[in-house]
Amino acid sequence: MLRRIGTGLVVLWAAATAAYLALLAAPGDTVDAIIGDGADTPLIRSQIIQEWHLDRPAVVQYLDFLWRALHGDLGRSYLLQRPVSEVIGGQLAPTLTLAFSAGVLGIVLALVLAVTTRRPWARRASSTLELVLVSTPPFLIGIILLSVFSFRLGLFPVSGDQGVAALVLPAVTLALPVAGVLTQVLRDGIDRALDEPFVVTARARGLGERAVLVRHALRHALLPTVTLIGWLFGILLGGAVIIETVFGRPGLGQVTLQAVTSEDMPVVLAVVVFSAFVYVLLNTLADLAYLIIDPRLRRS
Amino acid sequence: MISVRDLRVSFPVGRTVVPAVRGVDLDIAAGECVALVGESGSGKSVTARTLVGLTGPQATVATSHFEINGQDVRGYAERDWKRLRGSFAGLVLQDALVSLDPLRTVGAEITEVLRTHKVKGDPVSLLAAVHVPEPARRARQYPHQLSGGLRQRALIASAIAAGPPLLIADEPTTALDVTVQAQILDLLAERKATGETLLLISHDLAVVSRLADRVLVMKDGRVVESGPTSSLLAAPSHPYTQELVQAVPSAASRGRRLSSAGPALREPAALYSAPPASSAAPSAAPSAAPSVAAAAGGGEGFTSSVSAAARGGEGYASSVSAAARGGEGFALSASAAEREEGERATPSSSADSVVVRAEGLTKAYGRHTVVDGVDLTVRRGEIVGLVGESGSGKTTVAQLVFGLVAPTSGAVAFEGAPWTGLKERRRRSRRRRLQFIAQDPLSAFDPRWTVRRIVGEALPDGETAAPLLERVGLSADVLDRYPRQLSGGQRQRVAIARALAPRPSLIICDEPVSALDVSVQAQVLDLLADIRATDGTALLFISHDLGVVHHLADRVLVMRDGAVVESGPIDDVFHHPQHEYTRALLDAVPNLEVSQA
Repeated sequence: MLRRIGTGLVVLWAAATAAYLALLAAPGDTVDAIIGDGADTPLIRSQIIQEWHLDRPAVVQYLDFLWRALHGDLGRSYLLQRPVSEVIGGQLAPTLTLAFSAGVLGIVLALVLAVTTRRPWARRASSTLELVLVSTPPFLIGIILLSVFSFRLGLFPVSGDQGVAALVLPAVTLALPVAGVLTQVLRDGIDRALDEPFVVTARARGLGERAVLVRHALRHALLPTVTLIGWLFGILLGGAVIIETVFGRPGLGQVTLQAVTSEDMPVVLAVVVFSAFVYVLLNTLADLAYLIIDPRLRRS
Repeated sequence: MISVRDLRVSFPVGRTVVPAVRGVDLDIAAGECVALVGESGSGKSVTARTLVGLTGPQATVATSHFEINGQDVRGYAERDWKRLRGSFAGLVLQDALVSLDPLRTVGAEITEVLRTHKVKGDPVSLLAAVHVPEPARRARQYPHQLSGGLRQRALIASAIAAGPPLLIADEPTTALDVTVQAQILDLLAERKATGETLLLISHDLAVVSRLADRVLVMKDGRVVESGPTSSLLAAPSHPYTQELVQAVPSAASRGRRLSSAGPALREPAALYSAPPASSAAPSAAPSAAPSVAAAAGGGEGFTSSVSAAARGGEGYASSVSAAARGGEGFALSASAAEREEGERATPSSSADSVVVRAEGLTKAYGRHTVVDGVDLTVRRGEIVGLVGESGSGKTTVAQLVFGLVAPTSGAVAFEGAPWTGLKERRRRSRRRRLQFIAQDPLSAFDPRWTVRRIVGEALPDGETAAPLLERVGLSADVLDRYPRQLSGGQRQRVAIARALAPRPSLIICDEPVSALDVSVQAQVLDLLADIRATDGTALLFISHDLGVVHHLADRVLVMRDGAVVESGPIDDVFHHPQHEYTRALLDAVPNLEVSQA
């Protein structure tokens, strides 16, 4: 467990450093980024350099960043002139709500589809649908859902973040491609598990098909699915950026997009470090899930 | 209890329909033990699964008469079968490691049966009923935490949980060590004694002869012969049954050919690259009967070809002894030929006939000692058997001798020069003289290579694969096939051809026939004996099957827990075992008690 935390910290450090280096190498001057659209005089420039300690060597600035990050201080946004934690914290809730509900919806949808579409025709239909969902860009799915359910039928609000109703379409949009991939992995896992001898034994006990599927095969199929949890997070976060734009929702996606285009380095760095943190957390959870699912992996 | 007439089962394969069972009649009376015997693909398992309606949704099942407990079950739906499964018949499959759900405790597996059929009972007392020690603790454990024997007991406990009158056991002991197999057979015999009806499916005639009242021999989806066990095995009337009985390797079969349809003999003088006398196809002899008769009659031609192995052949029936004597004369000439061959191949080593000498071989992984002080010598043209149960360290010994792993202490000398402790680069020139045959050649071949390329890679420059394949009894038309397109026996022949290609002085065979059907095993064993007789190639033959080793080997080492407990000439060790473990092993082997014709 200690080793796992250690590895996690190394990943966090590597992600922060890589982002730092990438932003350092990006074209454009930090002072320009901080000035933004404000007044630009030599006096202001020198004040900014003093205030942000930009005259110090890059290595010292980097170490200073690390030192402060270690203490939970992620710096101040160049653009908004507010602490980064405040900027991100305000946008965190809507994004997490969206990602979480989309993730849960995707997983539930995949489980239901994989277990219920066992008959040849249902399976063919479902497979085709999954392929379409996986290969369609999420923003297109979003636009189609919007035009059908919001513009035409008027069931859900078009944009904004007003309670549960506004969450439905973005969550569904984000969940569908996830469900597509997960269903395929689950179905493949179930197929393989059903070929195993223990399934014959289970059937020979008089178990019904549903019980064989749910009690025996599904658990075996979960193993490869859990592996995808890291990938799932990437999809959800990357997808959220686009979906939040399509549906006009506030959130981390909007903040990140803005920070990158305006070279707001502290915000970008904070988003990267935060993503890496969630990623490490989820993968640790996945490792624990393996142990719960498969007793063979537990050390005696 | 069960009565089936003209059972036909077929499966669609691609666009064609392949029949698996073609007209089987089967009656099982309450309280008897019926055995279905046959090789893989004979339809025995499919027949058994028909009795619980588990042939799968793809299968087409047709019968003219099918009764279970007096009920006509033709036209039974899945729902009806479900009621019978577990409550009328319990099913025990081969390996409980995969036949029990590996993600669930054995207790949960047993409870599942009780709950499905709403039967009162508890897993702990059921485990106790099949003699699992500490049943309460075992019930909470997972299959991988139990030994092979305990797992199999747990599987049996789950099969009998709902108290079915019939127990169907499909190869119930095939994956087990011989001593554990004996215990499981005892358990099944005990169930039978309490009045349970038993349907036993096995490829192993010896296992069947211990338990069954009646035997049905199946081949290609038909029952070729049936009758009471003792009389059927003692005097089989169908050629295929005779062939099966003949093919079982044992002490009594030493020096005799096991297969009736193997490749024709080669002159001992006709060494390595000489064209074979005949290129007869090994597997498909249309007239099996006469050749079986020849073999059974102790045909001298058959015996002499392998009788380098018959040197210590004592205690044969008088009718065979003439052949054995003829064999002895032959053995002399064979060893003369061996010497010649030896001089030609390695002129320097003619004085010392030792191919491999290992001293004090020890291998430890951490605190766990896998191999503990093993001494081993293999001489030119000698077959040395290495027997032991799983986990005894025999495969590690093979890897040490082969140089795949380095010993913790001890040393191996190969052809008189040090072999261990050298850099692989310095061993490479001598590597060709030492070859390896694995149990499963499919995983030892590159699946994307043709046979031509697999064998060709090992051949010296300028030689082609075809003559070598002919030598191992394969015709040239397998050259362009891929490993998957070959049968198990053909694959093992290709593996042998590849091992022979660089003209090794020693071939290490790790369970080379364990995955093969008994008739194919017989052919491969005959081939190995031929190779030793003609080339003088030494074999280090690793097997868990004492019968196979006794049939083939000159000397034997018995391993247990990493150490050699007994070694010596094969007949001494197996007929007069000194160590109690050797005795226990030999006692556990189920004997096919049939008088050899």
